[in-house]
Amino acid sequence: MTAVFTILSDVCLVIGAVFCLIGALGLLRLPGFYTRLHAAGMIDTTGAGFLVLGFMIKAGLSLITVKLMFLLLFLLIASPTATHALAKTAWRNHHEPYRKEGTSSNS
Amino acid sequence: MKHAVYLGVVLLGTWLLWSGHYTPLIISFGVLSCALVVWITHRMDTIDEETVPLEHVLAIALYLPWLCGQVILSSFTVARIILSPKIAIDPEFVNPKMSQKTDLGEVIHANSITLTPGTVSVELHDNDILTHALTKKMADDVMEGSIDRRVGRLEGKS
Repeated sequence: MTAVFTILSDVCLVIGAVFCLIGALGLLRLPGFYTRLHAAGMIDTTGAGFLVLGFMIKAGLSLITVKLMFLLLFLLIASPTATHALAKTAWRNHHEPYRKEGTSSNS
Repeated sequence: MKHAVYLGVVLLGTWLLWSGHYTPLIISFGVLSCALVVWITHRMDTIDEETVPLEHVLAIALYLPWLCGQVILSSFTVARIILSPKIAIDPEFVNPKMSQKTDLGEVIHANSITLTPGTVSVELHDNDILTHALTKKMADDVMEGSIDRRVGRLEGKS
């Protein structure tokens, strides 16, 4: 049984790490400010989410798991708020969004 | 009064879960500090439906698994876009409808949009949310309004 949980938590940790890596890659590859926000947002939802889930399975039924659950809950509220604050600031300051070539650029 | 009792119970429960030291002296410190916080909050007159969403807890607990599923699904879509040799995106701004009227409902709706990879809520208006979507498909999905319906149902439980 412990072997199952070990494998399950390792799988979650690897998935989380891979999503963090893809998010970082997207941050570099995507064009424009708003599109890069999507990649950054993926790091702190799916990436961090799977990592914390992996830690939770590793810790088993203990007070540490409860603390990790609270951590995940706070993360799910705080990270989209930060992303929203960045996007709203850029919008308020009339930041020019990236558009696909050939489409009109009137916003 | 109901909300004050509820706040006290939640604070005490959180304190017990986070402390991990269960000796009479430490526990009495915890009970005292929780009582102090409830008293200060009561004096500040900020205990109400907004700060203590008593009736929403169950509805939010039912809503979260659905949202997590959506987040994972669209994560794979965004990951595929990032990893493909030629990045095929068609970003645009859309205005999905927002029928929520309470602050809590609006925050849950806007945060759900941002949590889902591929869409970011940019600005909240009276009846809609200015949203940036990474592709046409994602813009269509957010315009379809399934988040709005579910958050509306959650909000209606109060």
